Amino acid sequence: MKISCDIKVDHLTRVEGHGNIRIKIRNGRVEQARWDVVETPRFFEAMLVGKKWNNAPWICARICGICSIGHTLASIRAIENGFGIKPSEQTSVLRLLLKHMETLQSHLLHLYFLAAPDFLNVGSVMPLIESHPEVVKRAARLKQLANDACDVIGGRRLHPTRTVVGGFTMLPEKSQLSSLKKRMQAAVPDLTATVELFQTFTLPDFERETEFVSLKGDERYPFIGGGLISTDQVEMEEHDYLKMTNEFVVDHSTSKWSRLSRQSFAVGALARLNNNFSFLHPEAREVAEGFSLAPVNNNPFMNNIAQLVECVHVVMDSISLIDNLLDREWTEVRQPVCPRAGLGVGALEVPRGILYHAYEFDNAGRIIKADCVIPTSQNNANIHYDIFELAQQSASRGKSDGEIQHLAEMLVRAYDPCISCSVH
Amino acid sequence: MSADKRLYLGVPVERPKAAFFDFTSCEGCQLQMLNNEATLLDFLSLLDIVNFREAMSERSDDYEIAFVEGSISRADEVERLKKIRAQAKILVAVGSCACFGGVNQLKNRFGDLDWVKREVYGSNPVDSTEVRPVSAFVTVDLKIYGCPVKKEEVEVIVTNLVLGKSIVHPSYPVCMECKANHNICLFDLGEPCLGPITRAGCDSWCPSNRMGCWGCRGPAEVANVEQLREIMLKHGFSEEEMIDRLECFGGFSTYLSELK
Ligand code: SF4
Ligand code: SF4
Ligand code: SF4
Repeated sequence: MKISCDIKVDHLTRVEGHGNIRIKIRNGRVEQARWDVVETPRFFEAMLVGKKWNNAPWICARICGICSIGHTLASIRAIENGFGIKPSEQTSVLRLLLKHMETLQSHLLHLYFLAAPDFLNVGSVMPLIESHPEVVKRAARLKQLANDACDVIGGRRLHPTRTVVGGFTMLPEKSQLSSLKKRMQAAVPDLTATVELFQTFTLPDFERETEFVSLKGDERYPFIGGGLISTDQVEMEEHDYLKMTNEFVVDHSTSKWSRLSRQSFAVGALARLNNNFSFLHPEAREVAEGFSLAPVNNNPFMNNIAQLVECVHVVMDSISLIDNLLDREWTEVRQPVCPRAGLGVGALEVPRGILYHAYEFDNAGRIIKADCVIPTSQNNANIHYDIFELAQQSASRGKSDGEIQHLAEMLVRAYDPCISCSVH
Repeated sequence: MSADKRLYLGVPVERPKAAFFDFTSCEGCQLQMLNNEATLLDFLSLLDIVNFREAMSERSDDYEIAFVEGSISRADEVERLKKIRAQAKILVAVGSCACFGGVNQLKNRFGDLDWVKREVYGSNPVDSTEVRPVSAFVTVDLKIYGCPVKKEEVEVIVTNLVLGKSIVHPSYPVCMECKANHNICLFDLGEPCLGPITRAGCDSWCPSNRMGCWGCRGPAEVANVEQLREIMLKHGFSEEEMIDRLECFGGFSTYLSELK
């Protein structure tokens, strides 16, 4: 039994953005266990007010450097829904392919550079360059494939240049897509090696029951658009997003919190997988089964594994998306845009969970009000309660201060929080 | 390090200790630093990185070069920035946020900061000031432009910095690179573009992808905004469309106040 400890982590490392952990245990009782977001807010929703629709995707990409493609596509979807534009199938497939490659690069960045060092007992990926060169090189190879694909389809891996309302400013060459496909096929052994690497890691044994919320798969695993589903049997349409996000402000955090059926809920890879397991590519499902990962899994550390499973899914699915694209005649790249007044909502599954952009337009397509709901703000409350439970369990097992701190840090990292994004 | 090593701005040329710091930003410029997988290991071997919160747990305050990403928008950020300045021999502002305020400074255009806070956080008090570039508070030795910065350019600049070579930014506009890339001018395709007045160095990144330039790298040595306005009007674009682009990243703020 742990009698007392004080743990303070300021500006937690190896996460995107600035957050602090506080744990205080007295007489074996957890008095305080908090996750505080202290990132500087940037006020994107206010920035957009008065701007014409075409500014939004370009500006909103800058909400987040890791998921700029996700923000761009969510912004575009909100505008297209608002103006009644339905993207062509060709555009939808290309967007999904682009989206997959962002998911891949983001998950890889997290798995190899942010999470793996904890399991290999090093402070960062830097010492691994010497000690595990093959691991670092493999990570770089896979990440490069994902990033190159984003360059080819979106024009740029970060803050894409070709993605616009109505379609794309220009299309890749078919030959570029075939060579991407070959590279994806050749990357399968690297993915297998990644799975094997994670099989050597021991994930902390911790569970806390919660509600998992994601978009709802409809014929395929959800990534772009659609209604919402939760493990507490909630279902909601895309345009009803406000009921779900239900954001509120808490005083120790600059990021807003959310709740749905209970005090907190989780979004992200594990939530997607818990709700949409049957839509995973068979090879991805096999990987999940190798880790005994099946719905509903309540161990937040398993989010790492869910990301790994999704890496396999997006690569396998991308190969068939490219086949689909290569098999068809390519048509127009950009539909005309006719602005109209009203509300447009766009939902996307970005690497860390559900992302909503919603804009209210006037007749000329100027934004009157903007709302962006970010996955990490949805997760913050859940992280907070997880830390409390983790501290409680660790205290009763008599773990040392160092161990508790390490576990708490790993827990937050497992969510792969995107803090600067969540306080946009 | 031995004292007879060649010095550049007081820094020994061999693997200087470097640190990365982020302020108000999307952290995309930091990611760009790690984003060129093919040359990443070579790039990392140039520097002895002692502090990079997003990538590593170790932290040290013994560094010579500080790379600073992000704009400044809170009192505690000013304090942190000043400490970094006091430690670093060379302070490099990385990206449009650090150089000009970046997209973050778009909130300044309302003048009424209280309204901005209310719009996003309701009645809850939130600590935030007007968005300013790094150079508003400390001396900046070197700027790397772009939103995001271009990794190839960062590599050249950092190599030159470490080797003690001088660093010269292109003085000509993006149009020069765009023409060298044999692109069809976007004005002829019905798209607005700030290429004629924006500092080159990105290899006409956006126009080469058929997206008009938004001026993320700020003004070229000669930036004739009056002439740009004529081109815009001639091609049927409104003043609003031009201003949207001019004010997007903060690089043209002095020109804008003249226009308004
Ligand atoms: S300059 Fe652009 S890419 Fe760089 S941190 Fe700022 S918003 Fe992100
Ligand atoms: S597209 Fe833009 S950068 Fe290229 S030539 Fe035309 S104005 Fe200049
Ligand atoms: S083309 Fe313009 S907006 Fe695009 S990267 Fe270059 S300077 Fe920035």
